[in-house]
Amino acid sequence: MTISREDIEKVAVLARIRLDEEQILALENDLGNILSLVDELSAADTDNVEPLAHPLDAVQRLRADEVTETNQREAFQAIAPATESGLYLVPRVIE
Amino acid sequence: MQWDIVIGLEIHVQLATKTKIFSGSSTAFGAEPNTQASAVDLAMPGTLPVPNEQAFRYAVMFGLAVNAEIGRRSVFDRKNYFYPDLPKGYQTTQLDHPIVGPGFVDIDLEDGSSKRVRIHHAHLEEDAGKSLHEDFDGMTGIDLNRAGTPLIEIVTEPDMNSAEEAVAFAKKLHSLVSSIGICDGDMSQGSLRFDVNISLKPKGSDELGTRTETKNLNSFRFMEQAIAHEVERQMDILEDGGRIIQETRLYNGERDESRSMRSKEEANDYRYFPCPDLLPVVIDDAFIESARDLLPELPDERKARFKEQYGLNDYDARLLSDDARIAAFFEEAVSQGKDAKLAANWVLGEFSARLNAEDKTVVQAPITGSQLGQLVARIADNTVSSSGAKKVFEALWNGDADNADAIIEAQGLKQVSDTGALEQMVDEVLAGMPDQVAQYQEEADPKKQKKMLGGFMGPLMKASKGQGNPKLFNEILVRKLGG
Repeated sequence: MTISREDIEKVAVLARIRLDEEQILALENDLGNILSLVDELSAADTDNVEPLAHPLDAVQRLRADEVTETNQREAFQAIAPATESGLYLVPRVIE
Repeated sequence: MQWDIVIGLEIHVQLATKTKIFSGSSTAFGAEPNTQASAVDLAMPGTLPVPNEQAFRYAVMFGLAVNAEIGRRSVFDRKNYFYPDLPKGYQTTQLDHPIVGPGFVDIDLEDGSSKRVRIHHAHLEEDAGKSLHEDFDGMTGIDLNRAGTPLIEIVTEPDMNSAEEAVAFAKKLHSLVSSIGICDGDMSQGSLRFDVNISLKPKGSDELGTRTETKNLNSFRFMEQAIAHEVERQMDILEDGGRIIQETRLYNGERDESRSMRSKEEANDYRYFPCPDLLPVVIDDAFIESARDLLPELPDERKARFKEQYGLNDYDARLLSDDARIAAFFEEAVSQGKDAKLAANWVLGEFSARLNAEDKTVVQAPITGSQLGQLVARIADNTVSSSGAKKVFEALWNGDADNADAIIEAQGLKQVSDTGALEQMVDEVLAGMPDQVAQYQEEADPKKQKKMLGGFMGPLMKASKGQGNPKLFNEILVRKLGG
């Protein structure tokens, strides 16, 4: 299987990654190779195999509903580019 | 052309857990911005989610309450998109293995019929933070206190065919999640948010039309308006020969307008995949049974019991059973008053009208169920007339005294039911009104006679200083005038 240039451009938009021409060509090749490997895996008969949700054959442990976190806003906001009135500021988003 | 309206709902319900779904941060409402946003909620590198057991318990309780299958093995997936109020760049949600499978809710409609609305599934997921678009010099402010609050998203089948049905379902669901205690039910704070999928098809056609989704309706009134608005918009387009574009729309309730948010063509491609940070969650029988034990009586069960135990009609039973607090108030009243029908009339009539007029909820009422029940008991045993009872109610409400008997005593509202005394008053009044008595006796039409009785009641009530039992007066009058 190969990956088209359009696929790469679309995924780049979704991932908010800007790619130049050289990178697109390299990715076409690299991702194409990975997909070929996946094609080989696809040849295996998996009709009677449950899809795997996680590579570990274990069950999730759950946590009791008790507050364990304290307010550390000051520490977190010390590394934020911009804050005001306790809010994180980001470039304006209009929906 | 005649059209059928097809409506399906997606409802986000904030679960009333103390902490978030994947971290031990508090979910208390109203805290200073970002003081309840921990490293996990902020998606700091190296942090890992640990799911909250109570969120699963609440989701299972919901599943049991809507007669659904419980997902014994539920799996979290990542739904990827970029938005500043979603620090991880993905929402942790459930796609193929939700915690709650297919179920149903029966709704009651105004015409007395009922209808079954099927639940497709309900899944657990995390809420996003809040974006504040005003006041920051061209910047957007982000508060992540809400990020990671547990939600269940409930998805219905497209089983509703009018705004009335959709609103009836929404109200039923609201009452259900509030009464089983998994959600605080406060819609003004966004604890329940409704997305409405609407399409039209030619009347009787089996083929569904293209649907639109109107998002984030947080009141029943807006929901009703938004549906009416969208149905009209689609009808106009279709009748002009146009076609509906599959899109997400935002409805502005203040202006009764809607606008497109994004169309399907440019819709997000969410690239779901199983979340590698979380293992499958396995729910066993013991967990399900312990959740079942926590379920209080459900509104439908309560309604059936009210009909059976108190002999109420369907309509009264429904109005009294929907809200657990009103139901408890009613039962407290009945325990004093015995006469359930009369108690129901007072709770749904005078009492509810007063609550509405003062914009109060039942817990804010200045009187208790047993206070109202004592009054009902005094009406039932003829101590006080219904007009006298209204005065007693007024005085109870205003806190003039804490029980009906004291008010009846103090205001002299005790009804005279001593037949001998009443007969004497009737004799005296009739003796003073010979012309009217003659007129009554000459009248051949019993209906007109009945009306004429009213002419004697005024003087009788006056003679008894308003304390004569009107029912007994009436009986005595008919007997004496007839004889």
